[in-house]
Formats: sequence, structure tokens, C-alpha cells
Amino acid sequence: MRGRVKAPPFRIVLPEIYQIYRRAVTIMANSSSRFSARLLIERSAASIIIGLVFFWLAVNLVKSPSQFFQASVIGISNGVLYALIALGYTLVYGIIELINFAHGDLFMLGGLFAATFISVWFGQETPSTTGYGVFFLCLIAVMGFCATINVAIERFAYRRLRRAPKLAPLITAVGVSFIIQFIGIRWNGSGPRTWNSILPAGEFVVSGVHIPYTTIISFAVTIPLLILMTFIVTKTRRGKAMRATAQDADAARLMGIDVNKTIAFTFALGGALAGAAGLLFQQTRGVTNYNLGYQLGLIAFTSAVLGGIGNLSGAVLGAILIGLVQGLNDGLPIGLGQQWSQTVVFTILILLMVFRPTGLLGKPMVEKV
Amino acid sequence: MKKPSIKFNKTSKGKKEINKGFDQSKWIRGFTIAAVAIWIFYAFIVDLLPYVVSDFFQKWLPATTVNESLVWVICALGLNIVVGYAGLLDLGFVAFWAIGGYCAGWFMSDFFHQVNIHIGSMAPAEQPGIHLSFWGVLFIGALICAAFGVIIGAPTLRLKSDYLALVTLGFGEIIPQIFYNGENIGGFNLSNGSKGISPVDNIGLFGKKLGPFDLDWKYLIFVSLAALMVFISLRIRGGRLGRAWLAIREDELAASMMGVPLMRSKLAAYAVGAFSGGIGGVAFATHVNGVFADRFSFAISIILLAMVVLGGMGNVWGVIVGALSIAWVNSTGLPAFGETVNSALGTNINFPSYNFLLFGGILIFMMLYKREGLLPESRLKQILHEADDSTSNIGGH
Repeated sequence: MRGRVKAPPFRIVLPEIYQIYRRAVTIMANSSSRFSARLLIERSAASIIIGLVFFWLAVNLVKSPSQFFQASVIGISNGVLYALIALGYTLVYGIIELINFAHGDLFMLGGLFAATFISVWFGQETPSTTGYGVFFLCLIAVMGFCATINVAIERFAYRRLRRAPKLAPLITAVGVSFIIQFIGIRWNGSGPRTWNSILPAGEFVVSGVHIPYTTIISFAVTIPLLILMTFIVTKTRRGKAMRATAQDADAARLMGIDVNKTIAFTFALGGALAGAAGLLFQQTRGVTNYNLGYQLGLIAFTSAVLGGIGNLSGAVLGAILIGLVQGLNDGLPIGLGQQWSQTVVFTILILLMVFRPTGLLGKPMVEKV
Repeated sequence: MKKPSIKFNKTSKGKKEINKGFDQSKWIRGFTIAAVAIWIFYAFIVDLLPYVVSDFFQKWLPATTVNESLVWVICALGLNIVVGYAGLLDLGFVAFWAIGGYCAGWFMSDFFHQVNIHIGSMAPAEQPGIHLSFWGVLFIGALICAAFGVIIGAPTLRLKSDYLALVTLGFGEIIPQIFYNGENIGGFNLSNGSKGISPVDNIGLFGKKLGPFDLDWKYLIFVSLAALMVFISLRIRGGRLGRAWLAIREDELAASMMGVPLMRSKLAAYAVGAFSGGIGGVAFATHVNGVFADRFSFAISIILLAMVVLGGMGNVWGVIVGALSIAWVNSTGLPAFGETVNSALGTNINFPSYNFLLFGGILIFMMLYKREGLLPESRLKQILHEADDSTSNIGGH
């Protein structure tokens, strides 16, 4: 049984349930002193942490502005990549409330496919006009490839478990992730492999800050994709069906929406974005490794949670922020340094879960009863 | 408040099943006989056997594999309490294993050479560092882990199940990373970084020093620890706390309505689970004679989960079977099988690299076709298939 009040039609989240929960939380917070004490502690702890972060940023900005902006550029270009992956998590979570653990590994597979496509099948090793043509061809191919795989995973692994207890699909997703990593090991070998990029290697300098061309190309690929996806989700019939299914699958079916097809389409969309991210990563960093997907997937998931999981613009915002945090932590003179980046991101994940599980843009959520 | 889980169960089957845990004498006898038989076999008989047979055992089931499997059993039983009993998905169990291991590293070696503390240890008195007795470290490690379980659990247990999984995963990543990068934390060497801490002290047993190769005696220690965990698991399960866990696993809302204290019970599950993780960690450190940060990877958490899922979530015996078989396949079975196949067919296939496929495959196929595991627990079987014929969930065919 699900609480159902009237729903604003154009959200992928489920506002009516959140409203009920929010009311419940407010009541609890007002009625019980224990709850408000906890809220007070949480609020103050959160403000102290945020204050410290800003202090850290300010100190670094004053100390060396150029390094600060350089780190920011690197961070944002990472963040754009994370955004593409995070969207896949958030789309799938929005529609079937599954943390698709295998999504990061799909990204890794996309990178491997791109490397094979460009360097092996087409033999492109250096920047050239043909190279750019192959790059765009590969973009389409890798998006199709990852979309197909994601749909297949949904069809064969997750679909049967849609009615099962939550634990089952989650464990299955972990299993799928392991199998994709196995494919990655077979395909790529058990260590990292480097590739020549067909993107131009230069950079230009804006008042002391180096901006590589690859960053610009990442933006040039990502932004149209994001616009396209927003268009699909908000303007097309398919998008409307997606949002309806996300709100209430049973009601959507009663309205004549093919729920299975819609969910498969969502997986295809997420997979395509992961594929694009794989290509961009492989071309801008020139590295593939079977466990990249696991690491980046977790970072991207953190981004999705930071933005508010289920919320599309939130995922992009969260990804840019996480990318920034990581870039700044790596590049700033006073920072923990690269070896702690991963730890910092996971700490953010945990702090978020504790203080604000709904993320920055998300609405409060509660388990469906 | 009295017996929430039994009330919730429709049939009387549940009650009978719960009481099975009280039937202690049977399993203790069986367990002891099996454990002693294996001990006698490895300590005395295997050397007397003809070379072909002892070589077979050396290749397919060496004593060190038996000991290592027992460590896995201890940890899997702990994870079983969290996942199988309380129904909380924990993807970061390796954190407890790591903390337990480093407890052994800290308190049983020369690592803190600034001080010189000796309590009940077999190490020579002039050796610097903290040297506590193995049993003391076992206890300390378990308690520290239990405390960490509560610390990790306390702020996160309000979350939905899948979020909880992610937070535990985050901890499972952070804690090994802290150990890995812990060579210089503000000038303090916490963990010796990637070099790890090695060697750790010998175990003292009845005034006898157990070196790294005293596998038979260590086997006895490990098997008793595993027995302790079985005992704890079965006893708690029959008691009020265990029934509260099962109630939470089956229906959290209903359980809280019946007066089960959700937070306290879940925290207890984390604490007991982590407790066994600590024991396993200390035991493993003495087994490999050191702690090494890069061993504590996410794969360990997943392998433990696969053990619990394969054997049958919530069923102690199932988990033991799952843990023994997967640990054996992982450490000996797959390499030995690969060696045999490669030498017989003249191929060069790297069989151990297939363990990703194996564990992924186990998780998927168990979830798709036999969600309750190989040795299912009857209550859990009902719940896991209950949802199949309900219509209240999302999507569907």
C-alpha cells in the first residue's frame, strides 16, 4: 500500500510520499525532545564541517590562486565525467529503486570497447581528421554497445527480481559487477593498459591556468548529451512514461504504459551515458583497467547521492562538486594529497548519509511500506 | 514485546525451528567429533600414509588451507548475523577483519618499539613493543571491532537498506585505506603503510610456543574459535535478541509495532557481527604471521557475502558449508584444479583469474534461482518467496 496524494506530473521523484514523510519528521522533531536534540547536534556538526571546508578553500585560494584555479579546472573536467556515470545511477534508482552496482563496471567496459574500436579495429593512434571521424563513430558505437549490455543485464538479471526483497537485486547487482570485471580482466588483462589518444594533446593558457583541449572536448561531448537526455526525459512521450513509471509502476501500467519496455529504455539511456563516459575517459586519460569501473562507479554514486538520488540535475551538480573536491584535494598546496582522495570521497558519502541522505536537491524520502 | 517473531509467524513451524537452537548437546558432540577427527588426521595420520595419498592431501587439502578456511568460517558467521539474522546488507565487512588484524599487529609485535610492554606473552622480555598474550589480543580485537561496529552502525542504521549497504561499503573502503596510507598520519606511524606489520608473536598454548608452522595446534585454536562463534550464533538466535533480529528481518515495521527496539537490536547485530570479524582478523594475522594492508580489499567482503548467500542466509550450518567450500575453492581448489587441467591437457589457462566469474556467478544464480541458499533456513525461505506472489511491489511482468 502506498500513500498517494496528488502528484505534480513532471518529476522523476515521488513527491507525495516525501511530503508525508516530511510531515512525520516534523511532527517527531517537534514532539520529542530527544529528536530535536539530535537534530541540533547534527545541524551544528554539519555546519562545523562545512565551515572547515570553506576555511580550507579560502586559505588555499589566498596562498596560491593559480594553483587553486588549475585544480578547479581539473576537478570540473573530472566532474563532467562523473556526471555522465552518476546520471545512470540516478535514472535507474529513480525508476526501480535499485542501486545498480554494475553501472560503474559498465563504464569500464565502455572504455575497453572504445580502446578496441579506435586503436585496434580502426588503427587510429594519433590525432588526425580521420581520427576525429572515428571518434564520433566510436561515440555512437560505444553508446549503443553499453546501452545493449545494460538492457541485457536488466532483462536477464534484474527483471526477475523486481518483486523480490530488496536484498536480492542488490546482491545480484554486486554479482553482475563481478562478472563484468571478469570480462574486463579477460579483455584488458589484469593490469592497467595505456593507449594513445586521438584527441589533440595541446592546451591553452588563461592567465596562468592551463586548460587542455581534451577538457574542452569532454565538455563539447557531455553538454549536448545532457541536453539531449533532459529533452528525452522531460519532453518526449517515452520520458513521460518513464516519469509515470517512476512515480507508480502499477498505476502506469493501468494507464497503458508498457512498464517493462520503459524500464528497459531507462537502462538503455543510463548505459549509453556510461558508454560515452567510458570513451571520454579512455581518450582523455589514455588508460584502461578492469577495476576502474568499481572505483569511479563509487565516486559517481557518491555524486548521485550528493545531488539527491533520483534527481537528474542533482546528479550533475553533485558530480561537479565531487570532481571539484577531488581535484582540489589532489592539487592544492595545503591538502591531504592524492592518496587520500578516495577516502575523502567516501567520507563525504558517509557524512551525507548521516546528515542529509536526501542530498542537496533531493526531497526527503522514506521506505515504501 | 515478549516474543514478536513467533507471533508474527503463522505456523508453529517457526517455534519448533527456533527451539532447535537449544538442542545444544547434539551439535556440540558432532562438531567435536568432526573437529578432533580432522585434527588427528592432520597431526598424526597423514604423515604415516603412503606418499601418493599424503601428496594428494598436500595438493588438494593442505593443513594451511584448512586453517584459513576456518578463519573464513569465523568471519562468515559474523556476517551471517548481520545479513542473515538481522537482514542488514553489509558490504564492508573487511573493515572489521582489517581492524582485528591490526589489533594483532599492534599488540603482538615489535611495531610500537617506543614502549616495552609484556603481559602473558611468549616473546622474550627484552624485545621492544607491546606484547600481549594471544588470548588477550583476541579479546581486545573483538571488543575494538564491536565498538567500531557500533560506531559505524549508530549513525547509519536509520537509513534504508540499500543506503546502509553503501555506507558500510564506504567504511569497508576507508578503513583499509587508512591502514594503507597510515605510515605517516601527522607524523605518527599507525600501520606501517603498505609494508604491513610482520611478524607477529607466536601463540602461547600451555607454555608451548606455536610458530608459523605449528598448523595442527593452530587448527585446534581456530576450530575452537569457530565453535565459539557457532555457539554464540545459535544461542543468541534462540534468545530474545535473536528473535528480535528475525522479526526485524522479516518486517521491520511490524517488529517495531510489536515493541522490538529497532536501533538497539540492529546495533547489537552489528556489534556481534563485528566481534567475530575481530576474532577472525586476529586469528588470520597469526595464521599468515603478519598484517598487510593491501590484502583487505572489497573482494573479501564480497567473498564473505557469497559464502553467506551460497550456504543459506541465517542458517549457521549452511554458512559453514558455504564458507568452507568457497574458501577451499578460492585458496586451493581453483589453482589445484587449474594445475591438473593444464598439465593434463597441455593448456595454459590461468584458472585463479576465474574467481571473479565464479563469485559473481554464485551471487547471481543463487539470487535468481535459489535465493534461500543450499541449506536453507525454513523461515527465510518463506519470506524470500512470499514476495513472489504479492502484488504490492514495483514493475513486474
